[in-house]
Amino acid sequence: MTDASMDPAARPAKSGLTVTDARTRKRNAAEKRFRAYGMAAIGLGLLFLLFLFGSILKSGLPAFTHTIVSVEFTMSQADVDDAESKMLKTKAYENFFIAALQSQLEASALDVAFDAKAIERIVGKTGGTIRSHFKDNPGDIGKPVAFELAASSRVDGYFNGRVTRETLVDSRFLQLTDLDLVDALKEAGIIQSAFNWNFITGKDSGVDNPGGAGLGASVIGSFFMMLVVLFLSLPIGVAASIYLEEFAPKNRFTDLIEVNISNLAAVPSIVFGILGLAVFIQFAGLPQSAPLVGGLVLTLMTLPTIIISTRASLAAVPPSIRDAALGVGASKMQSVFHHVLPLAMPGILTGTIIGLAQALGETAPLLLIGMVGFVAREYPEGFIAGFTDANSAMPAQIYTWASRADPGFYEKAWGGIIILLLFLITMNTIAVILRRRFERRW
Amino acid sequence: MPLSWLILVILAIAAIGYVLGRSRALQSANGDARDLHSLPSYYGAYVGMWAVVPASAILIIWLLAQPYFVNGQVLGTLPDSIVAEGSSVGLVMSDVRRVAEGLETAIAQGAVSRAEADTMDVGTTDIREMLGDVGVALGSAVSAEVLTAAQLYRGLNATGSLVMTVLVLLIALGGAAFAWSRSNAQFRARNVVERGVLALLIGAASIAILTTIGIVFALLFNTIEFFRLYPASDFFFGTSWAPSFSGRGGASDLGVLPLLWGTFYISLIALLVAVPVGLFSAIYLSEYASPRVRSIAKPLIEILAGIPTIVYGLFALLTVGPILVSLFGKETVGWMSGGTAVMTAGLVMGIMLIPFVSSLSDDIINAVPQAMRDGSYGLGATQSETIRQVILPAALPGIVGAILLAASRAIGETMIVVLGAGAAARLSLNPFEAMTTITAKIVSQLTGDADFASPEALVAFALGMTLFVLTLGLNIFALYIVRKYREQYD
Repeated sequence: MTDASMDPAARPAKSGLTVTDARTRKRNAAEKRFRAYGMAAIGLGLLFLLFLFGSILKSGLPAFTHTIVSVEFTMSQADVDDAESKMLKTKAYENFFIAALQSQLEASALDVAFDAKAIERIVGKTGGTIRSHFKDNPGDIGKPVAFELAASSRVDGYFNGRVTRETLVDSRFLQLTDLDLVDALKEAGIIQSAFNWNFITGKDSGVDNPGGAGLGASVIGSFFMMLVVLFLSLPIGVAASIYLEEFAPKNRFTDLIEVNISNLAAVPSIVFGILGLAVFIQFAGLPQSAPLVGGLVLTLMTLPTIIISTRASLAAVPPSIRDAALGVGASKMQSVFHHVLPLAMPGILTGTIIGLAQALGETAPLLLIGMVGFVAREYPEGFIAGFTDANSAMPAQIYTWASRADPGFYEKAWGGIIILLLFLITMNTIAVILRRRFERRW
Repeated sequence: MPLSWLILVILAIAAIGYVLGRSRALQSANGDARDLHSLPSYYGAYVGMWAVVPASAILIIWLLAQPYFVNGQVLGTLPDSIVAEGSSVGLVMSDVRRVAEGLETAIAQGAVSRAEADTMDVGTTDIREMLGDVGVALGSAVSAEVLTAAQLYRGLNATGSLVMTVLVLLIALGGAAFAWSRSNAQFRARNVVERGVLALLIGAASIAILTTIGIVFALLFNTIEFFRLYPASDFFFGTSWAPSFSGRGGASDLGVLPLLWGTFYISLIALLVAVPVGLFSAIYLSEYASPRVRSIAKPLIEILAGIPTIVYGLFALLTVGPILVSLFGKETVGWMSGGTAVMTAGLVMGIMLIPFVSSLSDDIINAVPQAMRDGSYGLGATQSETIRQVILPAALPGIVGAILLAASRAIGETMIVVLGAGAAARLSLNPFEAMTTITAKIVSQLTGDADFASPEALVAFALGMTLFVLTLGLNIFALYIVRKYREQYD
């Protein structure tokens, strides 16, 4: 920089455009380094993204399969009567199951010693399921029935590599010798992996049964919450934006609203949870854990997002449209509602979908309004109950699973994240498509 | 009449009013819409508006006021003695409400008649057993006073609802009739309706203010309540956080300093990750990258901002934590004893913040006028020299603003620290130790089984207030800097 003031004698002797001197080399190297830092930063960011998605997929995909034991056997009326006459009825049914299993194993010429206890460790107590099946379907008595029973979560883990022979410690849940039986059953085709529909459509299970846990009930909870958010935040957000963008005079009051909106957009989400707890639950007495309350809290949270994007799309409609409408005699209100709003609608919908996607993944406020302690064992009964009955929501359900002690639930939590991300990707794709299709350049 | 029916009836009155008002206006113009001041639909909307607005205003006010009035009346009849033995007024009132609701259920199921419910007394009927039969479980036997109060409560509520229904319906009909009578060709219906719509729009815009007021009041009242039970100086300057849920009152240490320290430490580590990566990405994307690279890399990095925080939380707990333990755990250097630590939460939070820093800085760097770059190149500076010595100094205030916004995000972040940072409140310098933050403690204090009136639960509101003030201050300061900077080049 200060070359001009340099002593002429100190100048490098040979300098010119054709010769690269040490100083130029240094500067060029610095240039290259700087550029490399930038590329490294981008690379690091993308690497994190890749690593994140990689670990989600790796840990979450096993949740979508489960191991089932399929055994076919026939129980005649006499067998059923015999079992019903026993003291331990379900035990009698279970013995039937074990006998059938044994004969199927022998049919495939595999002979492994096993006892009832080992079977119980692998598929749980089967008698109850079989008994209730015949109770519910008396027509099946005397016919061959194929039973598909879900194996325990440890056997699941053995199948997808979470549990190995090296890491397994003998316990009342599963013993090393049981794995020999599992291998034999696998060879005979009795035990196999199948797609776990129950995980997508089912309800949450108790704390000791990760195998039976499903996300379905909480998807419904999330759905009702999103309905509340959509039907409150879209009209309110659009109305507020129209006022601020088209009608508001420049005064203290509108300044106050503007400052409030930009600050609310940056308030931590947990604070909205406190608001929901104090105002909606304690003060207004709305039920805890209800999707209605969750929806109200998330509405307040998404409103700033929706207002900001709606205002941007209203501002993008050129003033000539308004002037033309006013010129042919429309009132200000008519020009806005008949002309500006329809033209801004694609942009507004895009912003709303993105706001909804944000609300769908939000967890912290739901913790405070009691959606986490609640175990979503049942689907809501009917449409109104969907809003007011206690339920869980997708992110809350994932949190609940992540905080349970059994590591079997971690897999479910990762699987839940895959489903949640699929929802978010779908919503964002719809938003992008909407924007591409209806975007107008003026 | 249930509330939903009442609302439906009001809407029906409005719909009928719309048709009648429209046809009356047309009639007054002898069926020629050109002679009307406004379009016919405005006359209909005018009548509909008069049917709905005053009636629903009264309805809302009544619904808010009735519980207070009824509670006051019922409390007045309760003798002081019953409150003393039942430990608190609130508990007795909730008993009363439960019995009243139970009686309502019993009537609905046909177990007792309306008259029986109003006249029954403890001497002749076992209320608890009777209500148990219809599915309302009560904790203890019902005393005579509670039953009388419940009957009064039920009576007052029933009367209140009846009066409300009649009043609201009358107002809806009256409003519609008034508006209908004014609908004629000369009446300027459009102007009135548009003023009404404008009021609606203003109302919607004011919800932002109401939300802020709601947040401030919810935090303030409970914080004051907390400071009544727990000295403020101990909260702000206490260096120990040890809430006890068993011993009430002074047994708990509720000092905010360890939580503040945890919050700042984790945020610091997060910024140490996010600022260099984010800033260099922004520089590369805005100054070096070709449009093609930019159009691919920028959205990809911004995906990181769209991922829900629960995902990052799980990522910290189940992936990053175990990896860090295998690197720094007992088997190697022994710095880390468990997966949840300041480092775990800080690293993951840093990843989350990268897109915040990068897209804000990107905007700001792009806002630096091209003339400044050209001037620098003209003097013979290389691209990196231009960036370091011209663009970054020019963009510095904006970048500082962006970093402050990211910091406020980090301070308010909840799920990552709840899952990744641990639960122990500590004042320690070791980043591999578990620490906890303000947000994590808000969650744990409010989701436990604690009584909401105890200082252990109320402290969450004081923590929330601290968090709100901190993030709000940071945001206002950051926005001020960013705005000031933008004005410089506009």
